[in-house]
Amino acid sequence: MIENLLSVRNIETYYGPIMALRGVSLDVPKGQIVTVLGANGAGKTTILKTVSGVMDPQKGSVTFEDNQIQGSDPDWVARQGIAHVPEGREVFPLLTVRENLSMGAFARTERGGIGADLEMVFDYFPILQERADQQAGYLSGGQQQMLAIARALMARPRLMLLDEPSLGLSPILVKEIFDIIRRLNKEQGVTMLLVEQNANMALQIAGYGYVLELGRIVMDDACHRLLESEDIKEFYLGVKKDAVRGRKRWRRKKTWR
Amino acid sequence: MIQIVVAGVAQGCVYGMIALGFVLIYKATEQVNFAQGDIMMLGMFTAFTLIATGGLSWWLGIVLAIAVTGAFGFFLDKLMLRQIIGQPQFAVVILTIALGFIFRSVAGGVWGADPVSFTTPYGRTIVTLNESETGNTVIDVSDLVIILGTIILVAVMYAFFRFTRIGIAMQAASQNQLAACYMGIPVKYIFSLIWGISAAVSCVAGILLAPKIATFDPDVGFLAITAFAAAVIGGFGSLPGALLGGLIIGVTEQLAQAYLPGDFARAVAPVSGFVILLVVLLVRPDGLFAQTQRKKV
Repeated sequence: MIENLLSVRNIETYYGPIMALRGVSLDVPKGQIVTVLGANGAGKTTILKTVSGVMDPQKGSVTFEDNQIQGSDPDWVARQGIAHVPEGREVFPLLTVRENLSMGAFARTERGGIGADLEMVFDYFPILQERADQQAGYLSGGQQQMLAIARALMARPRLMLLDEPSLGLSPILVKEIFDIIRRLNKEQGVTMLLVEQNANMALQIAGYGYVLELGRIVMDDACHRLLESEDIKEFYLGVKKDAVRGRKRWRRKKTWR
Repeated sequence: MIQIVVAGVAQGCVYGMIALGFVLIYKATEQVNFAQGDIMMLGMFTAFTLIATGGLSWWLGIVLAIAVTGAFGFFLDKLMLRQIIGQPQFAVVILTIALGFIFRSVAGGVWGADPVSFTTPYGRTIVTLNESETGNTVIDVSDLVIILGTIILVAVMYAFFRFTRIGIAMQAASQNQLAACYMGIPVKYIFSLIWGISAAVSCVAGILLAPKIATFDPDVGFLAITAFAAAVIGGFGSLPGALLGGLIIGVTEQLAQAYLPGDFARAVAPVSGFVILLVVLLVRPDGLFAQTQRKKV
């Protein structure tokens, strides 16, 4: 039995009267990359926000390292070792790259470790070192995404929540970012919960995947098996196959409905 | 001429410091604190109580008064303003206006409506610069102290926001609250701290202003209306802008006072700042130092 760093049990989260998560459960084992796939509005971001405390679930529990953290303040959750890399990067535009990174380490007190981590981060993202004294608002989208990931790394998180790191990036940058994510997981041992629309990329680097539709988990399996699944292939990877089981493609229904 | 400008700059520094208080809070929390002037007034009366009534030395008195006012601002935010977060902007505006009224009447009740003053080590000394036949150029020492005090305050604040961990965290929290939360920055606490700093800054303004205006009463806080204009001229969101706006208004008031004819000057000088405000709003509606960067929703 592998130890779960994070387990989410039956969370129900609302935006006002609208139920965004209809009882979601998932596990993130230590040292792994777990991905949640889903279309727009499926509730992927809401899962991450519920974990990091920005939104509070009405029901259900979020357990991180044996502590129940649901309903806590987001800054407290961050100090427990969960770093959230938000959708759309959200860097501090008027601070320099270096200051952004130092903010990532805000909750830490030991000076020496922070300096070493800055070196480590610059090692992974050399471009950030080059532009260390520029305002973060002037970086390109890909560089801002790198900065957002780097900033989260500076907190030495045990769990990193990545919300659509590929959003708005060119294919080559997407590949670069995902390579770095994979390396961070392997070399630094950071456990990751990755939320993505780019299913192909996500399934390639993750170990285990969940498929989310309209606030419910409809499927979950090891990623290499998900990659084989007919439904995933057709609806998430866009592999075209005409006339599956003799039906017209647009008539075909997902098997979980 | 020099003496008018010096007096104007000094007056402007006071406006500028109060405007800084407005802008600090607005930048971080997007709230406008209309009780800013009344917080300054409370600071002045705290200093008065400590120095004139309590018999403390001026130095000790002002340090304590600044600390007390700062703590007052901190808890005002923590216990009142933070509680109504999520309510419409309008509620915050009304709340701060109401707080201003309350402070003013409480101060009237505690200290009375009569003008008071406290002594300073430099008093109302006057320096004569150059003597000539047409008249001496004299400069009030309290004006020089105001200018010096402002320079020191601005330098300290600049260093604080630029180089300290908590100062940078304040900038971060004001630029992107949510991301700041994700970094583990205790945003609510930071905002309360900013209120504390803002209150302390307006207390400094009040203490430096006290000897210049000789006596003050609980209505002294209305000065903040002019300071508000200064903040708007500067772009309401820019710290250097607030200071510059203050200086522009201060100098304009003094020049209007000196060079416009008699009765007209008396009528126009106090509102000359608002004339400038109108002109600035017509020419550059965003203010002189507007930050063109729009906040993402």
